[in-house]
Amino acid sequence: MKTTADKWGFRPEQSGTIDLENGNYELWWRLVGKVPGIQACMFCGSCASTCTAQAEGMNFRKVQLMLRRGMNQSLRQLTAHCMLCGKCTLVCPRDVDTRSAIYNLKLLLHESL
Amino acid sequence: MSPYEHPLFVMPFMAGALFLGIYLPLIFARWLKNTSYNHLKIILVNLFSARTWSAIREVVSESLLHRRIFRFNKKLGYMHMSLAFGWFLLIVVGKFQTMLFTHDGLNQFYLPIFLKYFYPDGIPHTFEGIFFLTLMDLLLLFVLSGVALAWIKRLRSRFLGMKRTTKHILPDRLALAFLWLIFPFRWLAESVTAGIYDSGGFFTLYSGKALASILPLDLLFMPSWWAYSVALGGFFVLLPFSRYMHIFSEVGLIFLKHWGLKTGDRDNGYADFEINSCSRCGICTNVCQLSADAGIHHSQAVYFLKDMRYGTPDRATLENCFLCGRCSRECPVDIGIDYLRLKQRKQEVNAAAPPVPFRSNGSPASKCPDVLYFAGCMSHLTPSVIQAVRNVLSVAGVKFSMLDENGGICCGRPALQAGFADQAKAVIAHTREMIIRSGAKRVLVSCPICFKVLNEDYHLPVPVMHHSVYFNSLMVEHPGLFRRNSLRMSYHDPCDLGRGSGIYNQPREIISRIGHLVSSRHEREESLCCGGSLANLAISPAQRHIVTEAAYEHLTSKSPDYLITSCPLCKKTFSAGKREIAVLDISEVVELSMVQENTSGKVENPVRSVSRKDAKAPSLTIP
Repeated sequence: MKTTADKWGFRPEQSGTIDLENGNYELWWRLVGKVPGIQACMFCGSCASTCTAQAEGMNFRKVQLMLRRGMNQSLRQLTAHCMLCGKCTLVCPRDVDTRSAIYNLKLLLHESL
Repeated sequence: MSPYEHPLFVMPFMAGALFLGIYLPLIFARWLKNTSYNHLKIILVNLFSARTWSAIREVVSESLLHRRIFRFNKKLGYMHMSLAFGWFLLIVVGKFQTMLFTHDGLNQFYLPIFLKYFYPDGIPHTFEGIFFLTLMDLLLLFVLSGVALAWIKRLRSRFLGMKRTTKHILPDRLALAFLWLIFPFRWLAESVTAGIYDSGGFFTLYSGKALASILPLDLLFMPSWWAYSVALGGFFVLLPFSRYMHIFSEVGLIFLKHWGLKTGDRDNGYADFEINSCSRCGICTNVCQLSADAGIHHSQAVYFLKDMRYGTPDRATLENCFLCGRCSRECPVDIGIDYLRLKQRKQEVNAAAPPVPFRSNGSPASKCPDVLYFAGCMSHLTPSVIQAVRNVLSVAGVKFSMLDENGGICCGRPALQAGFADQAKAVIAHTREMIIRSGAKRVLVSCPICFKVLNEDYHLPVPVMHHSVYFNSLMVEHPGLFRRNSLRMSYHDPCDLGRGSGIYNQPREIISRIGHLVSSRHEREESLCCGGSLANLAISPAQRHIVTEAAYEHLTSKSPDYLITSCPLCKKTFSAGKREIAVLDISEVVELSMVQENTSGKVENPVRSVSRKDAKAPSLTIP
């Protein structure tokens, strides 16, 4: 169905749409239980810009967004590219253990399969 | 009293010994049951070779004399030796002493253990009689001194060089209680007997006389022998379920090791021997920086091995470890702790990270001239290291190209250490392909993490060199290029380069050639971890920071001009925060010596003089 938004030049991507009705924080809170530090993230993007798996599409900021939206299937594809090199953790200005977060996220996603 | 009456009090001892005699062969057979035909063949080939002799030598030096514990602390070594070697001698000498009375070796099994009960008078007037009485009393004193030290260790462990002792589980505590009672009860029983019969050696005779003056010895005679027998029997029954299982499994482990079996192979039972050989002596908890600095006391090797033995370790125990190798190195039983932990991690989490295909398929456009430089992820966070390496290579006239000019290439070791073995395998295959396609004659790496995995898992047809080793040989080839200065430098051995790959001398040779090497207490094999290790997946950033600060304080305690390391991750970790003493990579030190004339000694900004344009190397383009 065509909507009014389709007539515009800037069509919002699905992943960029915030749908608070369908927000699913379940996985997010489970991950917070494992790595409480991720709540300190301020989305500065240092991690994403230094990422070794950047070319493969890996982006920790995106991971954080997807987590809050409960997009578990997309998360699975995205985090699969992380090689756990740990550069993101070393550059984080908020001392977030991003590496441990992705490691635990991979395990949580695997458990929920 | 005739020895053939079988008095009732020997029964607890006999029951315990019988239980042990049946249980031990059964459990050993169970561990060895899974041994494959190939492993059996390896064992058979080596069974009748010099390896068996070297195994026997190690059994004497480690299971009895405990030489490796002496290396850690002399008093602790004496404690372990007196209990193990002393007890062993008591049994052997006791057997010979018994033969004086029975005139043959085929006497009752329990006779040497309770000899004084059966022959309370002894034969004090012959040379052999006096000799054995004195010797046995000396040995008893020897063992008792060990027991006394063990008691002291429980109360004040620092007296024996232990900052902390292991938290024991119930079977260990019970077995310990019985073990601690065995020799005091033996002493009591022999003293009471000596006091009644006015016999015995220099030690038991006088302790017996002293006891006789305050106690009614006749009433104590049977109870003391009963107590000794019950303590022995109880210890034997508890032994297989407690840490004292190591007494026997360690012997098996040493033989299997010498016969050619390798650590971590669960299918040949070697791992079972390893896990059961841990005596929970606690030396690993004392050298662990997590315990000493960060207040983490649940994940050390001893607890990991304990959990492995009685079930499966939980993830908190498994993940909270730097894999720095300090405990493996100090372990008196030589258990492959890191290997076992890695294996277990793989078993637990491997399925969560299936290998994924790479979008970018590495295919270098240009052929690599001679040296292929692989900086690694961590060096990209410390660009000064990459610049220094390029500078040195350019000035020395080495033709090189860079594999990861734009980053994006991982060696695979971080995933491997986390336990994601399948994913790591895919990463390794991908990177290996790129290296081989470049046609390089030699691979130069800056990061010890990459260096270790390139050496061990890549199986490359060309040599892999760490820049500290390569630059050391460059300095020998081109001595004219480098100038000496008066800087005092302290060197930090990175875990994966030092303990992991055995490279200790080359970086030190470079430093000694350029300036003055300041030694520190924990160096070479005993080097500390910087706290940045990627292998730990559970430590909090704050705890990590404490470990780093402690290591930095230690390395800079002699106030050198620079703290030198050979690892970009160590440099990055140490550099975090305000530092009075700057941290440099060994490549930066080499670069520094090439370009600066040092009259003042200390150079403020060392890596900034050669024109960077000249040093720019042609890079491989990987679409």
